[in-house]
Amino acid sequence: MIALGAHALPSRAHNFAYLDEQTKRMIRRALLKAVAVPGHQVPFASREMPLPYGWGTGGIQVTASILGADDVLKVIDQGADDTTNAVNIRRLFAKTADVATTTRTEDATVIQTRHRIPETPLREGQILVFQVPIPEPLRWLEPRETETLKLHALADYGLMQVDLYEDIAQYGRIAQSYDYPIEVHGRYVSSPSPIPKFDNPKLDRNPALLLFGAGREKRIYAIPPYTHVKSLDFDDHPFTVEKWDRPCDLCGATDSYLDEVVTDDKGGRLFCCSDTDYCEKRRAASAEKGVP
Amino acid sequence: MYVAVKGGEKAIANSERLVAETRRGDPAVPELSLAQIQQQLTLAVDRVMTEGALYDRTLAALAIKQARGDLIEAIFLLRAYRTTLPRLGDSLPVETARMLLQRRISATFKDVPGGQVLGPTFDYTHRLLDFELAETASAKPSAESAPAEPEATVPRVADLLGREGLIEAAPVQAAEAPVPDLTQVPLVFPAERALRLQNLARGDEGFLLAMGYSTQRGYGHTHPFVGEIRMGTVGVEYVPPELGFPIEVAEITVTECDMVNQFRGTDTAPPQFTRGYGLAFGAAERKAMAMALVDRALRSRELGEARTAPAQDEEFVLSHSDNVEASGFVQHLKLPHYVDFQSELVLVRAMRREWDGDRKPNLPEAAE
Amino acid sequence: MSEAPLLRASGLGKSYGRIEACRDVSFELWPGEVLGVVGESGSGKTTLLRCLAGEIEPSSGTVEFRDLQDGFLDVHRMSEARRRFLMRIQWGIVHQNPRDGLRMTVSAGANVGERLMAAGARHYGRIRTEALQWLERVELDTARIDDLPELFSGGMQQRLQIARILVSKPRLVFLDEPTGGLDVSVQARILDLLRRLARDLGLAVVIVTHDLGVARLLTHRLMVMRQGRVVEEGLTDQVLDDPHDPYTQLLVSSVIGA
Repeated sequence: MIALGAHALPSRAHNFAYLDEQTKRMIRRALLKAVAVPGHQVPFASREMPLPYGWGTGGIQVTASILGADDVLKVIDQGADDTTNAVNIRRLFAKTADVATTTRTEDATVIQTRHRIPETPLREGQILVFQVPIPEPLRWLEPRETETLKLHALADYGLMQVDLYEDIAQYGRIAQSYDYPIEVHGRYVSSPSPIPKFDNPKLDRNPALLLFGAGREKRIYAIPPYTHVKSLDFDDHPFTVEKWDRPCDLCGATDSYLDEVVTDDKGGRLFCCSDTDYCEKRRAASAEKGVP
Repeated sequence: MYVAVKGGEKAIANSERLVAETRRGDPAVPELSLAQIQQQLTLAVDRVMTEGALYDRTLAALAIKQARGDLIEAIFLLRAYRTTLPRLGDSLPVETARMLLQRRISATFKDVPGGQVLGPTFDYTHRLLDFELAETASAKPSAESAPAEPEATVPRVADLLGREGLIEAAPVQAAEAPVPDLTQVPLVFPAERALRLQNLARGDEGFLLAMGYSTQRGYGHTHPFVGEIRMGTVGVEYVPPELGFPIEVAEITVTECDMVNQFRGTDTAPPQFTRGYGLAFGAAERKAMAMALVDRALRSRELGEARTAPAQDEEFVLSHSDNVEASGFVQHLKLPHYVDFQSELVLVRAMRREWDGDRKPNLPEAAE
Repeated sequence: MSEAPLLRASGLGKSYGRIEACRDVSFELWPGEVLGVVGESGSGKTTLLRCLAGEIEPSSGTVEFRDLQDGFLDVHRMSEARRRFLMRIQWGIVHQNPRDGLRMTVSAGANVGERLMAAGARHYGRIRTEALQWLERVELDTARIDDLPELFSGGMQQRLQIARILVSKPRLVFLDEPTGGLDVSVQARILDLLRRLARDLGLAVVIVTHDLGVARLLTHRLMVMRQGRVVEEGLTDQVLDDPHDPYTQLLVSSVIGA
């Protein structure tokens, strides 16, 4: 019996970035397929990771497979670097990969994100890794995987359009505010992950490579740099984004996605940038200029 | 003045210290040892190994201790550990026919060659709390057991039926045929039986129990009987490429359940009994039985039966059986979702303004 | 009528194990023609319809459809993609139970507009206008365009099914007991509607029914089925007024005023 005495336990040094090289190779092959067919979901043999399924294992596996010793990693959740989930994932990579980390978007080579795209525009050579809970955009309309596979293969997306029609008929508008469905490269309808629709326009012809990992659902997909991405709509009910009627209370930005913070129980509210790095940079720049 | 909240890292570090303290509990109470867990909570260890998909009693015991007794959490720990292990190869099929039996029963015949060996089971106990157990042990008389016949191969009950041609033949796998592996390739539907069984073997016991139970209550009834349950040790053999012949690398305890089910026959297949199969590590008998019930229900497609019940729905059962996935996704709702929620707030507020506006035609329209 | 038939069945049969649901059915159908298939329940007529409509695969024989560009195509040997496309644009099936032919979770307008959207229509206003026109054409109250189908009566749901299919201007329509479960006056009005639409749009129709009155009213030609086989066929009036086969005679005589 491969018996270990009650107290003799194996000790393992982790491979770089936790995953073994065979697994990374398997994931990279899936990534290559995904990049070759933009927006198409590629199945992959997802592994259990030290964080639970549903908490970013897909994103983590993608990042682990592409991370090299010279990379600079940024991890955000809800746009912020120091939410607990982002901190946890960054610590995992710091521990197992000893890679440099940063909170500055422009300094990162790999950015792993949950539910937001950074406000600072990305550039060529950067990779944005999205954490995806439900990769299948048709899932709420058709629960069967066997059927959705056929619909994608036949580019049979009438059902999706019917859903949008119904929104307009019942509510006067398309009632999808996040995880807003997109058409990639004129072919596959995909889920952009639960980013607010505010971020959808950033997907279109982005110079960076966009990778999407769903660990629990075991799917990977990609949007290569400069790919045309369109948010689904009707010609006479075009896609629109959220707007606020006030700027960020901390830095004054009028072009970023704002979080609403409850400050007291009398209805007091404060609005500030969801992207903490963006907000900080703007505040630092005003401080330098001596603007209060 | 509102300052953006920092300190997520510090909060996590403190939370971890608190977990360690809470895990230990009152320092005046002796700390649990892995040996105690392995010896006295064996059924917990068996479950964690089975659903963690890793046979190692010590590691399972460690996981249980670290998880403070939360078995699904312990299963997660073991699975995550499994991810780091290199894969050396596939063993030869385990020969349960040659099992060294600790327990073997059949409900289909009063007596069978090899006998009904009860083994250590709760089945005949009265579920009365035994307050003597509240005191730590004084020596108890050891149980009487029949002398074991080490080399006797006890025939399968299914084979007894098979001799009369009354039960479908067990599936035969060509020796060189590649064995599909659920952990190497993601599940695609329709799934072949080998992959379904792998999924069920590591599936959550509670979920499979409920699914199996539902078939007994009319949701896809298959008229099951326990043909045979065996529990005991078997050898695990592996053929290293350098040697070219099999060597035994381990001895493991497994529980195997053969369910015998009804089948009326079709144009091409005669009326006969059909099979459901369950296998689990250790003495996880309830799991093996539930697995066998669900296995049979999922065979409805290949047996040409009408699929009317959830337990017969392959996609439904196999997509939701893994408690590591389920627990992760259910609990992920605790993660911050405030950005998407903000989006929803903006939408609902806008729709509400319109709704209110529609109902107060005399008020001036609000500026956009 | 044009030169070539639109639909052709040759030696069509379907078995389930030892049970032959239908056997050796052959016929041709021309544009503008309404063919009735009558028989008791268990006669095999619904199985035949489902084979013809591409829903189930026959055990023997062929079903061929004449495509405008490509001539005769074997319906069951073509790719699934092609068949799905065919069934969605050039064909329509009105199911006995409207719930099988409608999307119950979206409004009447969405139901009617779906085929347009599946074919690429992307202008909400125009889709809605066309949906309104079709609702009017099947005599449904256009004010109910945003209502869910379950708020409609059985007869209205049938009309909705018809509108949902006709919006893509199909050439061939299959009707499976379209008036079953409806009361007599409602039936009469739907039959009237179907007859007018078939004539105005030049549709070819195959209608399955156990009701000889429906057959009399709607069909040009009739096939009588018993235990999976066609026992008699011909012009409707001739078959009903002067049946040759004993079974047909029995059917006709047992119906009052057929």
